Formats: sequence, structure tokens, C-alpha cells
Amino acid sequence: MKVNKNIFSNKEKAMFALRSLYASHGFSMYRMSKFEEFELYASNMDFLDSGQIITFTDTDGMLMALKPDVTLSIVKNNRHIGNRIIKLFYNENIYRVSPKTHYFKEIMQVGLECLGAVDDECISEVLLLAAESMNVLSDDAKLDVSNLDILTQLFESCNISRETEEQLTMCISSKNAHGLERVCRSADLGPAKAELLKTLVTTYGNPDEVIQKLEAEFLENSLFSFEEKVSFGKSISALKKVVEAFKRAGLEDMLNIDFSVVSDLKYYNGIIFKGFAAGIPDGVLSGGQYDKLMKRMKRTSRAIGFGVYIDSMGKLSKFDGEEVEIVD
Amino acid sequence: MTEMINIALPKGRLGDKVYSMFEKAGYECPSIKEKNRKLIFENPEVGVRYFWVKPSDVAIYVERGAADIGVAGKDILMEAGSDVYELLDLNVGKCRMAVAGPAGFSYDRNNELRVATKFVNVAREFYAASGTDIDIIHLNGSIELAPILGLSDVIVDLVETGTTLRENNLEVVDVITEISARLISNKSSFKFKTKKIVEITRSLESIIE
Repeated sequence: MKVNKNIFSNKEKAMFALRSLYASHGFSMYRMSKFEEFELYASNMDFLDSGQIITFTDTDGMLMALKPDVTLSIVKNNRHIGNRIIKLFYNENIYRVSPKTHYFKEIMQVGLECLGAVDDECISEVLLLAAESMNVLSDDAKLDVSNLDILTQLFESCNISRETEEQLTMCISSKNAHGLERVCRSADLGPAKAELLKTLVTTYGNPDEVIQKLEAEFLENSLFSFEEKVSFGKSISALKKVVEAFKRAGLEDMLNIDFSVVSDLKYYNGIIFKGFAAGIPDGVLSGGQYDKLMKRMKRTSRAIGFGVYIDSMGKLSKFDGEEVEIVD
Repeated sequence: MTEMINIALPKGRLGDKVYSMFEKAGYECPSIKEKNRKLIFENPEVGVRYFWVKPSDVAIYVERGAADIGVAGKDILMEAGSDVYELLDLNVGKCRMAVAGPAGFSYDRNNELRVATKFVNVAREFYAASGTDIDIIHLNGSIELAPILGLSDVIVDLVETGTTLRENNLEVVDVITEISARLISNKSSFKFKTKKIVEITRSLESIIE
């Protein structure tokens, strides 16, 4: 087959470069239908960024939806995973309401998911692929990583209402230390716990420095029981393993630990992350572990994945004039 | 070369006050005080580029990355639900977001409460939390007129001294939240210009009264 190498748009070049990257790491392409039964989303509405979905009634009377998300479909369609890890990537159009314009938008998303016996090695592989995806799209990219379990464990030890948790999460995600202090005061949290929560706002950036600070603040703190220290230790160690993997791959310069990366605590847990490219105002990659979603969907295995929003990357001028070369 | 930080300031009295804080913190830009029609002012020596925008637009400039940082009222941030970092409470432009109604007003829960406001989202969220059915009337100004003319039962608005309310026989029924000007940053800019943005934040923090 002959294809003129000049016909590819920058967006198509990016899309194919990412697909090649994932395929070269042993991920298989997952194709899905355009429509899903609305019921799938109705029972997991909070998982989606926006609760609005384009629906229609099919000829058999079934309420259908134009897919606003790919992850839910992948989980739904992979029932019997067993002891292995299923590695899939996708390249699909999804339909969501833009939080900025409040109108529906067709968004092209490329991403990957690992379902099954997800272990530390698999988590590191996914994070490195996220970092490499960012490097495909931009010459100057950063990957912010957090461990949601640290936040969840800290909330548990504070014994606070769900509403306070949400307010605190919002303050942490917007690096709002003054707001966080106010919420802590009105929730009657003691100064020691308030200070720890503030640590999550003020500590970010260089992974080694952040880990050192976390170990000092959480593991040598008389506020916590032995059991609590053990679980904080596990969460910090999960971050350390990611940092070590990045060092081995020579990608540590693009890694930050930043607790302002948060996701819905009902669905996500453990390592979560977000990718940023210089000059692009929004995050262009987002992902994390979603064992809690798996549990909600009656799956016994674990999962991690991410999505890349190529449309947010603008003109992708990095690819201007770059020729497409077909390789084996 | 010094890295340049784009700063969106709110036009008007609050903006003047905020600029003088930046100036005091070491980020002066003398050309900003010249009387001319220029829209952008920069001082490459200290690495800042200022521009004045409508106060309600600051958060949009910052969220969309046209400005790295900016100063916006908490009222605007709450209403727009802006996805930005809120780095500092500048402790200026202070007022309260409050519910106000005719003196002695009491709400009869059998009827839908009619609420006139500029801050539709804030009002909706506030009443949703208490499970109150409301009919929102979106107005752009002279909100205090609405309950006087019977257009609404109450209003949700900013209250500074309360003089306008008192002169119109209205009073604060509920305080939703305290409002002040906040230093905000674009999330992506913060990743790539961390050092400079943190330096500006700390300098401003040290001069807050």
C-alpha cells in the first residue's frame, strides 16, 4: 500500500506515535463500539468529569449513550482476568461537556489500561509510559505524581465528615493553604493534624526532597499509632519505587511529587498522576490506580491506566515538517 | 535573561492597591503609572509583565494560561469554579458574600424561595446544601432593588459595610463566606516557572498587613 507521507496532520502524527509506543511495550489495541448502554454510566456517574451524557433511545427501546469515557467500557468488557495482567491501549473519540465552555465536545483520547495482578513493576511501567507519552508530545514536559492513599489515611486518622474531607481535598488540589487552615479551624482539627494537612499543600517538587520530608513528618510522628505508621510507610514506599524507576530510566528530571493532583476518592487509590507540557495551560495527561472502581464493578483484580488529551496540545508545532517513517 | 511572569491585575481601585503591593514586594514597573493607552507594561529587570483586565476576567486569563498569575476576588473564583491554584489570601478587597432580605424577613418553607443574584452558582450551591428549593433570578446589577420591588424574597450579594442594605431597609440574613482578593496561578505555569512564582508569592506574603 502506498500512502503519501505528507498527508498526516500533526494530531495524526502524535496519535500514531503514541499508538506505536504502546504497541512496542506489548499493549494490544482495544476497539470499542461508539455506543454503550446508558446504565453503565448512570451507576458510576461520579467517575465521569461531568454528569452530562448524550443519550438516545435505540430501535429496541434501550437507552443508549455516546461514550463519555473508555475506562468503564474496558472494565465492563473484561470480566475474567485471573492472575494475569491485561494490557490494552485505545484511541477513541469521546463526548463530554467542556468544563470551560459548558458545551458538548468531541474529544480524541489515546490511553492505556492495565487490569489484573497489577504490581509495583506494572505501576512503574505505566508511569514511565505516561512520561514517555509526554515526551512524544512536548520537548518540555513534567509529570506530577501523588499517592492518594496518604491523603485517605490522613483523613481517616482525623475522623472528619465527608463534607470536611471534600473541602480539604479542594484546598489541597488548589494549593490553598489559607483556605485549608480555615477549614481545619471550623472542623475543630487540632493544630498538629492541621499542620500535617498543610504539609501536603506546601511540600511539592523534587521527589527525593519531598520523600525525605514525608518520612520525617509522618513516620517519626508521635501522633500516629504503629499501625498507622506502617500504612503511611507503605504509601511512601510506593512513591519511592516510582522515583527509583524514573531514575533508572533517566527521566527523574521530569518527575515531581505534588499532592495537588487529586482524583475522586470513591474510585481512585494509590498512585495517581498528571502530565503538563510547557506553554499548554491545562494538564494533557491524567491517570492513576482505580482499584476502588474495579471493586464497585464487582471485579476482584486491580487496575491502573491513563488518558492523553491530544486536542489540548494545540497545534503540536513540534511535529511541523517532521516526516512520518513507517518501520516494522 | 530573567524569566518573565505574566500578571493579570484587576482594573480599578482594588487593582491599584494590589499593584502597590507588588511594587512594595520588589516587583515594580514604573511605566504602569504613566498616563497613556498602553495595555501591557513590563519590567524585564525584575521579570514581570503586567496587564489590566476586567476584574471578572482575571481568572479566565489565568486559567487559560494567557497570564501565569493574577489577582481575583474569591467571589469570582467561587462563581466560576476556576481550575487554578489559589496561592495566597492578599487580605485586601475584604467583604462578605451574604444573603440579605427585608428587615425581619423569615422564610416560609412551604413556598419556593426567590433569590436574586449575580452569583447564580454560589447561591445554588449554598441552598442545595440545606435542601432548600429556590427560584434563581439572575441580575447583573442593582441587586438590592429586587426584594424592594417584590421581584425576589432575598438577594445573594457582596456586602462591604452594609450601608446600602440599611438605607434600603434590608439586612443580612446569612453570611455565606468571607471574601478577599487572592493570588492565583495557572496550574501548568506553576510547574514550569515554579521558582519565580513561589518567590513572588513569598515576597507578597511577607508584606501582607
